Amino acid sequence: MQLTGAEILVRCLQEEKVEYVFGYPGGAVLHIYDALFKQDTIKHVLVRHEQAAVHAADAFSRSSNRVGVCLVTSGPGVTNAVTGIATAHMDSIPLVVITGQVPTAAIGLDAFQECDTVGITRPCVKHNFLVRDVKDLAETIKKAFYLANTGRPGPVLVDIPKDVSAQLCEFHYPKTVSIRSYNPVVKGHSGQIKKAVQLLLEAKRPMIYSGGGTILSDADQQLIKLTRKLGFPITQTLMGLGAYPAPDRQNLGMLGMHGTFEANMAMQNCDVLLAVGARFDDRVIGNPEHFAQNARKIIHIDIDPSSISKRVRVDVPIVGSVPNVLEDMIKQLEADTTKPDAKALASWWKQIDEWRGKDSLKYTQSKDLIMPQYVVEKLYEVTGGDAFVTSDVGQHQMFAAQFYKFDKPRRWINSGGLGTMGVGLPYAMGVRFANPKATVACVTGEASIQMCIQELSTCKQYNLPIKIVNLNNRYLGMVRQWQEMFHGDRHSESYLDSLPDFVKLAEAYGHVGMRIDRPADVEPALREAFTKHKNDLVFMDFITDQTANVYPMIAAGKGLSEMILAEVEDL
Amino acid sequence: MRHIISILLENEAGALSRVSGLFSARGYNIESLTVAPTEDPSMSRMTIVTSGSDEVVEQITKQLNKLVDVVKVADLSEASHIERELMLVKVRATGKDREEMKRISDIFRGRIIDVTDSAYVIELTGNSAKLDAFIEAIDKVLILETVRTGVSGIGRGDRILKI
Repeated sequence: MQLTGAEILVRCLQEEKVEYVFGYPGGAVLHIYDALFKQDTIKHVLVRHEQAAVHAADAFSRSSNRVGVCLVTSGPGVTNAVTGIATAHMDSIPLVVITGQVPTAAIGLDAFQECDTVGITRPCVKHNFLVRDVKDLAETIKKAFYLANTGRPGPVLVDIPKDVSAQLCEFHYPKTVSIRSYNPVVKGHSGQIKKAVQLLLEAKRPMIYSGGGTILSDADQQLIKLTRKLGFPITQTLMGLGAYPAPDRQNLGMLGMHGTFEANMAMQNCDVLLAVGARFDDRVIGNPEHFAQNARKIIHIDIDPSSISKRVRVDVPIVGSVPNVLEDMIKQLEADTTKPDAKALASWWKQIDEWRGKDSLKYTQSKDLIMPQYVVEKLYEVTGGDAFVTSDVGQHQMFAAQFYKFDKPRRWINSGGLGTMGVGLPYAMGVRFANPKATVACVTGEASIQMCIQELSTCKQYNLPIKIVNLNNRYLGMVRQWQEMFHGDRHSESYLDSLPDFVKLAEAYGHVGMRIDRPADVEPALREAFTKHKNDLVFMDFITDQTANVYPMIAAGKGLSEMILAEVEDL
Repeated sequence: MRHIISILLENEAGALSRVSGLFSARGYNIESLTVAPTEDPSMSRMTIVTSGSDEVVEQITKQLNKLVDVVKVADLSEASHIERELMLVKVRATGKDREEMKRISDIFRGRIIDVTDSAYVIELTGNSAKLDAFIEAIDKVLILETVRTGVSGIGRGDRILKI
């Protein structure tokens, strides 16, 4: 039987077992929306802005390890989606983004709502396609899912001109697909793995550093097993939190610009470093030259060869999928009769405990002003550490990362690479669709939340009982912090004047709003939100200390051991 | 250091811009870029002349390999290879210059492929240095225009870039 392109697309999505499509209709995708209307296996989530459609699909994927799917129209639909696509690309999130395009005959003629979608998105997708013939559609969609979800994952965009979605064609969905130029390596080189295990066993001051790749490849169990077997200290990047349980003696917490003192010091001073699905980015190791001042052997496991030896020279590169390689390393380790050097390890741990003794995340909660850290600590307590936490970007993001002790993977959802303000609320939506019974909290700030605030309307439509924890300090907090530290305390445009009344705003959208401005009210408010208002979206506007800063901090361009610890009066 | 990178890529719309976009986005340098379909019309062969430290060139080849449209990448300059470039030069050829141009063209094994009563078009093939030397050898005032293809390269002997 002949189907239209739009019907073929829907059938392809059904074949891929797609449950939700996040999108927004428009002229170029009308045939597709019509085809969606006529079926009931795929549910469409109507957002209020295309950026949110991509963010929601992105978080759907982050929190479930399924490919996120979104659908937007041509021209402005696409340009609005670009921020979402770039955000997913930087964090290697598998998405299939379907975009409408003007009819093939109109392409290149500056038609209404036309833009060069493939050109605009090329630098921020893993791959993209323009489907010029309906006969290619099914295979292209198959390729898109395959590319998105294999190798180093990422967003793949399929641009479908309006006439292609109307043309008729036989539907045949290929069972498998192969692309001659695309063959990601999954299994690590056995010789390299042997060498790596040898180095680890000889180490005197070893360190394990795990990143987002461990989470994305679901390698948490292998990571835990290997780390416990070796007895080595482990640190995680912002994207890697949750792969190794946070409340654990071997876990030194997050490293990097706002990482713990012990994690950064151990990273700088170790003699053998095992990097797992991480990419040594500037927010993690700071200045690579400073990092290189201390001699150490580096083993780097990554599925993407171009991540290896990009910023830091690596001694033992292992290209492969993280769980695969870790599994092989564990086997190798079990076969080896040598054990890690217990004596050296004991003195290394003594040193680490000394660093840990600094208690670098310490802060003081006063009687009058709510400290943002305190709110996150209470959120952790009230939710029993069992919530999915999304965040936006800024100080609140760092406080959430530092103080919510994630002990499971895929629970901490935030924009690490691109650092996109505005993701928090649509991320919470995506998480809730992927995990319909989960407790979802969005830790945000009064600036970030306003970047996608329109999604409160989507939350109402789909009854998403998200708990918004707004750490409201009336500043672009991270900007203010940098201005204080590096720009003579000149607060250029970092004060947010004329803020809305968030309580009334939440109510206007049909939700519950709360304002909390006394420390004593923090916990009761959270309890009320998570119990009495369990099934409501609650917008908690916490009026916090305006001067609170994120510590420790490594200034941009500085080295890992050049941390600024909290101001003296705070310690 | 100068490197000549050979790339086999899918002969598809947009493949070229994926490669050139990668170079500009990551700040890699392109001295020249040539591309045309191979004997297998589904594939194109590209030669890029670039320069950079060993680390940069290692990243360039890794990043190229990451592009889905790229089938194979080789750094020709890693081993023995041949490179050639074609140049067409239109020169003023009147009076005594007419004979002189012919003579220099012969010395460089060029061919005069278009003749009018006032100008020649000279075709010259060789490595880039030879073409540069030719431009140096003739009187600049007489050059009306030049066009160069950029470098194409191929490995010597058993070095074969093919799928």
